[in-house]
Amino acid sequence: MNVPISIKVNGVERQAEVEPRTLLASLLRETLCLTGTHIGCDTAQCGCCTVLVDGDAVKSCTMLAVQADGCSVTTIEGLAQGEELHPVQKSFHDCHALQCGYCTPGFIMSSVELLEKYRDLDEGRVRELLEGNLCRCTGYNNIVQAVLSLAAERGRT
Amino acid sequence: MYEFEYRRPASVPEAVEMLRDREGAKALAGGMSLLSAMKLRLASPDVLVDLGRIEGMSGIRLEGAEVRIGAMTRHAQVAASAEVGKAIPALADLAGRIGDRQVRNRGTLGGSLANSDPAACYPAAVLGLDARIETDRRSIAAEAFFIDLFETALQSGELITAVRFPVPRSAAYVKFHQPASRFALVGVFVAVTGSGEVRVAVTGAGPVVFRAASIESALAREFSAAAAGAAAVSAQGLNSDMHGDADYRAHLIPVLAARAVAQILERQG
Repeated sequence: MNVPISIKVNGVERQAEVEPRTLLASLLRETLCLTGTHIGCDTAQCGCCTVLVDGDAVKSCTMLAVQADGCSVTTIEGLAQGEELHPVQKSFHDCHALQCGYCTPGFIMSSVELLEKYRDLDEGRVRELLEGNLCRCTGYNNIVQAVLSLAAERGRT
Repeated sequence: MYEFEYRRPASVPEAVEMLRDREGAKALAGGMSLLSAMKLRLASPDVLVDLGRIEGMSGIRLEGAEVRIGAMTRHAQVAASAEVGKAIPALADLAGRIGDRQVRNRGTLGGSLANSDPAACYPAAVLGLDARIETDRRSIAAEAFFIDLFETALQSGELITAVRFPVPRSAAYVKFHQPASRFALVGVFVAVTGSGEVRVAVTGAGPVVFRAASIESALAREFSAAAAGAAAVSAQGLNSDMHGDADYRAHLIPVLAARAVAQILERQG
C-alpha cells in the first residue's frame, strides 16, 4: 500500500505517494528527477548517495523515503545559488578535487556537514571524518585539500 | 528489497502492540543494519514498525551515578554529548568511532544492541560497564542480555527503551577495525567500575561479546599494560574469516587490552 509523504527538498515542499520500500535515493533520482545524487555501491559503504536530512549527512541508499517524511532534504542540486557555486563546490573546483567525478556529489554533501559541525580540523581529522565516502579513482589528496583550505579560510575570518 | 507494510507508532505501547499483532513484524530503529539486510534479502519482514517518531525514546540524562541513554539516541549524539564526554569519555569515544559519520547520524544505541552483531562496538561498552538494558517490560543485566550470534534475551516484540550505564572510575575502548566494513575485527573495552572491579569486554572476536576472564584476573592483581598484555587468551571458539583467523584474534585481545590500560593510566597521569 502506498504511503503519502511530504518532504521539503532543496527548500521546495514536495508531495509523493511511495511504496514503503522506496529508498530516499530512488525517490530523489527517479520520482523527483534529481539525478545529482549518485548511487555507487548501494550498500551504505561508498557515500556517493550522501544528502543532508535536517542538516545531517546520511546515505540515501540506506534510508527509506517514508523515514524522511516531514524532513528537509538538501541534495547537491540545492547548494548553488543560481550561477554562484556553494563555497564547498567552489573549493572542490579550485583544488581540482575530482577525477571521474562520480563520487563528487557525495563528497561535497558530506564535506558541507563536516565543515558545519566540526572545528579544529587538520589533515588527519579530515581524512578520518571523510571515512564514509570512497573515491575509486583514489583522488583523496585534493579532496582533503579542498576541505582543509575552507577550514583554513574560516580560521582567518 | 521485498515489499512490506509500514507502520509508524507514536508511543512505545503502540509500537509493542503493532509488533505483537503480526508475527512477521520487525522494529526499525536507525536502519543501518536492518535496511542493509533487507536489501540483501537476508531479512524480509512483513511489517516494519518505525520507531523514529516516538517521543522520548532518545536523549541522554545523568541520573546520580548513571548515564541513561534512550534507545533511539543516535551514535553521533552520544559522541557529541557533553554529559557522556564528562562522565564516561570512553563511551563517547566509542560512539564517535562506530562506522562512519553518515552511519553515526542514523544508527542508534538500541538498534545496535537488539541486533547483537558480533563485531558491533556498543555491546563491548554495555558489558564492560555492567550496564542495564531497559525494555518496555523489564530491566536486563548486560551479562544476561547477549546470548549468541545475533541473539539476545529480548522476547519477540520486546523493545529496548533505554540503557543505564553506571559511571566507572575509568575506562577505555581500543578497536582494531576492519577498514572496509569499519566494524571491529577485535575491540576491547576495559573498565574500572565505581566499586573498583576490573572488567574487560571483547567484541569482534567471538560469536557474541564476552568478558576476558584471564585478563580481568591479571589486571586485578596488577593494573598495568604489561599485565594485560601477558595474559593468555585461548583461540577456542573465536571467529575465523578472510580478515583474520581465530589465533590472530586471540592474539589481538591482550594486545588491545594492554593499549586500553595504557590509555587509562596515561589519562590518570
